[in-house]
Amino acid sequence: MRRDWLAPGFLYYLGLAAFLYLPILLLVLFSFNDSTRLVFPLKTFTFKWYTELLEARELREALLNSVLLGLISSAVATALGTLAALGIARFNFPGRRLFLAISAMPMVIPYVVLGVALLLLFAQWGIPLSLWTVGVGHVIINVPYTMLIVASRLAGFNQNLEEAAMDLGETYWGTLRRVTLPIAFPAIVSAFLSSFTTSFDEFAVSFFLVGTESTLPIYLYSQLRFPSRLPVIVALAAILMAFSVALVLASEWLRRVGQARGVSG
Amino acid sequence: MHTSRRIITLMTPPTLTLAVFFLLPMVMMAVFSFRQGAFSPEREVFTLEHYAEFAANTAYQRLLGESALIALIVSALAILIAYPIAYFLAFHAGAMQLTLLTILIIPAWTSYLLRILAWKIILGTNGLLNSLLLSVGLISEAAPILLYSQTAVVVTLVYVWVPFVALPIFSALQRIDRSLLEAAADLGCTAWERFVRVTLPLSLPGVAAGFLFVFIPTLGEWVTPALVGGVQGTMYGNIIQDQFVRALNWPLGSLMSLVMLALMLLLLALFSRTVRLSDLAGV
Repeated sequence: MRRDWLAPGFLYYLGLAAFLYLPILLLVLFSFNDSTRLVFPLKTFTFKWYTELLEARELREALLNSVLLGLISSAVATALGTLAALGIARFNFPGRRLFLAISAMPMVIPYVVLGVALLLLFAQWGIPLSLWTVGVGHVIINVPYTMLIVASRLAGFNQNLEEAAMDLGETYWGTLRRVTLPIAFPAIVSAFLSSFTTSFDEFAVSFFLVGTESTLPIYLYSQLRFPSRLPVIVALAAILMAFSVALVLASEWLRRVGQARGVSG
Repeated sequence: MHTSRRIITLMTPPTLTLAVFFLLPMVMMAVFSFRQGAFSPEREVFTLEHYAEFAANTAYQRLLGESALIALIVSALAILIAYPIAYFLAFHAGAMQLTLLTILIIPAWTSYLLRILAWKIILGTNGLLNSLLLSVGLISEAAPILLYSQTAVVVTLVYVWVPFVALPIFSALQRIDRSLLEAAADLGCTAWERFVRVTLPLSLPGVAAGFLFVFIPTLGEWVTPALVGGVQGTMYGNIIQDQFVRALNWPLGSLMSLVMLALMLLLLALFSRTVRLSDLAGV
């Protein structure tokens, strides 16, 4: 297809890209600005917000909590989502449609509802709020996505491979381990990364379920109330953004690799 | 049978998890809406008083209506902005389409709180927008008119959602069989007629998915209004949050959540024929 870079469509694209990126670049800009007030005109260039960032102990704890929370809850969500995907993509069973409908619901109910409902559950059972209760919330949020990502991969490759393995004497579970899961592996990793990014950034549900320990978004939110801390937060923002961009690119790349391999295999 | 044992092994862990940590909490929330208070002894008393309070208090209902309106405006704006982009990427971007799409998606994956913070800076009294308006002489002194309003909530949320809406519309457009458009052209349709009578109707499932993707979380939104909305921009989600955090009226908060949940389920039922699950998940 012939492309005209001055076509209205492309100009509109550039405009929208500017709209999406400018606010983020603005934060990056202010992270190097030597003033506690985030206003124009800019003062001089400084690294001090980044050095202050290194010294904030609570921040380091929150960061570590968020990483652990993200790793554990995403591992659980990906495992559960993969199991469900294997079930719904390869079998037809009574209750399959019901399961699909219910498992998709966490995607389509407001987070505030999920947050308060889980809060009621833990209160009822007398379970003290902690990072574990936040983790439960994150698992529920992520299961529908991990399931659909893996299921779409399973739907995309030829079932003859699995049948061939079974015809050649491999058991069902052996086939899963040696044929199905290796082929679905890029999608499974992509599901894990997408869960991790969601968990790492999740605030609306975490807010209701977090105990005395902070996650990074909880810490961020608490700091937003102190104007003098804003530049440090903005410096943190700049770092986090670079980090999430890297993660998204990795996840997208894996999904593409997976799909490309699916076509040729 | 082998097959049923396989299905049971695969499906039991996810089914149990969802039953215990998703369905059960929803049921508990429904039960809680009948309790008199959050703590013993009021907790053990069942009553309809919160239902009566909710029915009598028109402020709650008005706020729900207003929030639904805000959610509708945000969804409509996000779709209007995203549709041309999705169309451009699907039909005119050629081999670059996935790269260009990824470029648009990246900002959406940066921290949600920080994107809101960015808009707080832009809309603030000495923010970007005010400085800009000052320097071109449109206003004579910096005014905090932009921040802490419903407009601020709408602008911020549209910004947050546009990339997510572009995705399902793009996939719906990608699925359109190009030979249909050729056939329409052969039969004498103009470009505009082809769009209105072929492309647009076939892309509606993607538009519907995008609509749900924005409308539902926006109706339940409480973080954005708390940060950029101020008193003017308070939404229904904020009063739910308030019942649980400050007022500690958990039964009333449960009822409010239940009302919103019922609205959502109604909406989903209306859309269930048009929207694909995978479109909602963006896969």
